Order: sequence, then C-alpha cells, then structure tokens
Amino acid sequence: MTLQTREVAWNRSGRLVVDGVTLSPRPGETVGLLGPNGSGKSSLIRLLSGTARPTAGVVTLDDTSLAAVSRRDAARAIATVTQHADTVVDITVRDIVALGRIPHRGAFGGHRQADDAAVSDALERTGLTGKAGELWHRLSGGERQRVHIARALAQQPRELLLDEPTNHLDIRYQLDLLQLITELPVTTVVALHDLNLAAMFCDALLVLKDGRAVAAGAPADVLTPELIALVYDVDATVDLDEKAHRPLIRFNPSSRDAHRPAADAEA
Amino acid sequence: MTLSPSRPAPVTGQAPQGGTRLRFLGIGLGAIALLLVSVGAAITVGPAEVSLVNVRDILLNHLAGADIPVRVSKEAIVWDDRLPRALVAAACGAGLGLCGVILQSLLRNPLADPYVLGISSGASTGAVVVGILGVGGTVLGIPGGAFVGSIVAFAVVLVIARLAGGANDKVILAGIAVTQLFSALTSFVVFAFADSDATRGVMFWLLGSLEGVRWNDVVLCGLAVLAGALFCLFRAPVLDAFAFGDDVASSLGVSVRRERITFMTVTALLTATMVSVAGAIGFVGLVLPHAARYLTGPLHVRLVPVTVLIGAAFMVWVDAISRVAFSPSPLPVGVGTALIGVPVFIAIMFRRRRAL
Repeated sequence: MTLQTREVAWNRSGRLVVDGVTLSPRPGETVGLLGPNGSGKSSLIRLLSGTARPTAGVVTLDDTSLAAVSRRDAARAIATVTQHADTVVDITVRDIVALGRIPHRGAFGGHRQADDAAVSDALERTGLTGKAGELWHRLSGGERQRVHIARALAQQPRELLLDEPTNHLDIRYQLDLLQLITELPVTTVVALHDLNLAAMFCDALLVLKDGRAVAAGAPADVLTPELIALVYDVDATVDLDEKAHRPLIRFNPSSRDAHRPAADAEA
Repeated sequence: MTLSPSRPAPVTGQAPQGGTRLRFLGIGLGAIALLLVSVGAAITVGPAEVSLVNVRDILLNHLAGADIPVRVSKEAIVWDDRLPRALVAAACGAGLGLCGVILQSLLRNPLADPYVLGISSGASTGAVVVGILGVGGTVLGIPGGAFVGSIVAFAVVLVIARLAGGANDKVILAGIAVTQLFSALTSFVVFAFADSDATRGVMFWLLGSLEGVRWNDVVLCGLAVLAGALFCLFRAPVLDAFAFGDDVASSLGVSVRRERITFMTVTALLTATMVSVAGAIGFVGLVLPHAARYLTGPLHVRLVPVTVLIGAAFMVWVDAISRVAFSPSPLPVGVGTALIGVPVFIAIMFRRRRAL
C-alpha cells in the first residue's frame, strides 16, 4: 500500500528519461532519489505525482493505477513540491499555503475552520507564521522554497514528493527541513543532490543513472566508493559513522586525474 | 523560526481573515451600489433631457406596474433606447472583464485579454464576409457572421496550439498568428470588394458600437454573462490553482487539460456573444481585472464578482460619455474605452508601484 511504481518508463519525445524503475517505499519511510543532473530524478517524481503518465509500466496508489484515480483524489493523497514553481501573481504567503486546501474544498472555495487550522499549522511547521502576510515576490529563494513546502503540508498528504527541496536553503533550513519530513507520518520521496544529507536522513536510497535504477537499499549499503565513481564519476572516500550507522562521504579533489592513464604514467 | 513537526497547531490569523472578509463585503456592496447608480445616471445623459425622477417613474411603471404619468417621448427614450443600451453596456463590460480574468489566470500572463485567442479578428472577418461579400447575409446578419468568425478563429488557435504542444506560450503565439491572419483577411476583403460607405459602416461596427441595441440583446448578453460569472465563481479555486503553473495546478487536483479547454471555450462563447452584439470593444478585458485585483487581491472567489461589477459600471460610463462627447456624431465605444481606460490603467500601475 502507498505510492509505488512497477517497471515504469517514460519516453519523452524520443528520449527515454525513465527506463524501467521499480520503487516501493514502505509506509512512513523517507526514500532519497540520487543521481546526477539529467538522470531522471525529476521525471520519476513527475510520474509519481501523476503530472505525467508513464509510457510503460504502472504507477499505483493503494494498488490502483494512478491513471484511474481522479486528480482530486490523487491530490488528497499526494502532495508535490517541484522545482522552479514561480508566479507573476501578487499573492501572500498565507494565500499560497491555502492553495493546498483546494483538493479538500467544495465549490466556491470558501474557508472552513479545518482549512484555516491546516494552513496555520503548515505555516508554523515551516517557520513562516511571521511571514504569512508577506507577498511572494518579496521573499528570498529559500523562503519561497519553504512556502511551497508549507503548501504541500497544508494539503495533508499521505505521500510527499519533493524535487530537490533543499536548493536555495541555508544549511540550517536544509537540516530542519529534512528533519521535519523524516518525522512527519507520511511516506516521502525526495530527490537530493547532497549525498551526505541523503545518508543522514533517508531510510532508503534509489540511485538513478540515465533513467535506470543502478542501486537501491539502505544508505550504508548503497553509498560505496565504487557506486559514487560509477554514477557521478568522482573519487570519494566513505567512512561509516559507527554510532548512527550512516555513511559519511568525503570527495577527493584530485580524483578526476587519478582515473586518467596519462596521470598514472607520470606517477 | 524552526521547522518543528511536534509543536501543536495554534489557530492564528483568524482576525486578519475576518478583516479581509469585512473589507471584501464593503467592496462588493460598494460595487453593486456603484453599478446601480451608474445605470441610473447614464440614462439621464444624452441630448434629450431626462431626469433621475423620470427614470425612477418609468422604471416603476414598467417593473412595478405603477401608473405615474410620464411624457410618452421620454418613456420611449428611456425604455426603448437608453435603458437597454446601458444594460448591454453593463453586460459587455462585465463579460469582457470576466474573460480577461479567466485568460490572465489560465495563460499566466497579465497582458492576456479576451482577444489573445484571435476572437476579435475572427469576428471582424466574419462581419466583413457577411457585410461586404454578402455571404449568408440574410440568415446570419453582421452579428451572426461575427459570432461564427470568432468561433472559427478560436478553433484554429486551439488546433495550432494543440499541435505545437499545448503550452501557454504556444496558445499565445498561436493567438497572435491567427489574429494577424484574420486581420489580413479582413483588410483583403475590405480593399478588394468594399465601397467606401460599406467600409465605414463595417469599421464603425468593428470599433465597438452600442447603437440600436434592443431588449433581445439585453437578454442575450445578460444571460451569457450571468452563466459565465456563475461558472467562474463555482470554479474559482481552479483559477487560483493555476497561479504557479500547470504542474502545481495538477498536483492540487486540477485536471489541467480539461479545465483549460472548458474555460477557454466559455471565454470564446462569451466574447463571441459580446462581439456579435457590440463589436470588438478593446481594453476592458485587459485592464478591469487589474483594477479589481487592486481592490480584492488575487483570489478568484473575490476577484470574479468585483471584476464583473466594476467592469459593468465602467462600460456604462464609457458608453454614456461616448454618446455625448462628440454629439451629435457618436464616438465608437471601443475608442472611448481606450481613451478613458489607458489613463486609468497607468494610474493604477503607478499607485501599485508606490505600494510595493
């Protein structure tokens, strides 16, 4: 049960951006999606959110094909934070967060007590209560990111999809945000760039390269120097933090030369 | 300021919510009053003198079955000419403003107006095909030709945009291309086939004219606007959801493609109806939503009714002024909307800049 994919593929105008990926998070788990730019993380999130339909395989929500679930029902279960969602509308933080209540509301969009409470709660959790009356275009990049996350929380989803949510955030908010989503009682799929953050906060990782899943499992099993070299083409040392049983990754600056035959010959 | 999942939810912000509700109520009631006063006052404007008391008496005679003695000529001027004209003006202002609201939301472009979909140029082509070439003249008349023309242009825009991928910018580009195409077709017909009298007649109509509208036009426009406004009010959250683009709208539970087609079809039908009755009145659809947003903020449950009301009031005044400004020769109301609307628009832009 929850949101799963079985052998999904997406042929996006001639290019196979997702190629046979199976993802089945356990309820409440936080799954990190890793991989370099263009590896298919965002595309997989679009498939999971139902914004795009797979060209092969199936995305299921509670064992029903997501294609057969109405958008409204899907939005009550799944909230998504995409990258680069911007607006030209002069809208306040509170009104943006309240957009998250749309799938729960009837016609006319009138506010109800439950909606107000959900919005206030989401603002509080993202540290935006003091900014509720602020206009979107006056916010910093990090604040905008938090507003979108607050909007997703106001949706009160069971499944949360986040596409590089820590971009633009100061390190403290990166940590706070990931702490928050791991503690929420929702299943989260989060695309991340930072391997150490992924190692610290995710229960499981799925590593993508060229649209294919190349590794999956617990962070300590997945994040090996070999895999990092294969996927990112960089040399890294991985230590295991014994206490937390989490891998710690250090990148070695001269690493790229070490792979070159010429450099080897000179040494 | 921490991200804390454990903290209980304090119910804050009730007071400001209540405050904006009260403010909205005030704006809404004010706009209704403004519209009623505008219609009443506009009826008194014109070469033949009619007082507000006359207007009241005539309305009571017709609507409440009163039997107050009023001169027959005044009765005819008010009931057969000025009142239907003011009501059609109100309906057109409301309808065009409403279409502007819809398109600015769907296309996420503050410059969108009812004519970006090629509707006005399609209407003019339809009008000249009927009016100058005489195709289907007796069956359609110029209004019917305009209606058919605008729907054809809109369909061409949708087909092109769909074939090109269907994104917002494709809709706008297709609209621009189709607008140019149909404008060229209109010019071609006018230059190749029209004599100067026919050209003048068609041009005047194209610039927007409320000359000679009758009660059946009031019924047609009024019902169209009422249906369109109720539809939008009912689906206000959908329009809100488009603020951050199609993907966010979709993740908020909106069936993006279906809603887009539905709203655009509503817009096209509404605009085509207005254009067929009153010609292509520019500027109202672009500016009035911005003016209303200044009063209500961006949420459509408030924006839609206020745009409808102030759009209606604005058009009533523009029409009244256009009637008498260069009396006895009337000014096309489309010229009036631009002449009055542009300074108003610029004033709003400046005020907003200061507010930021």
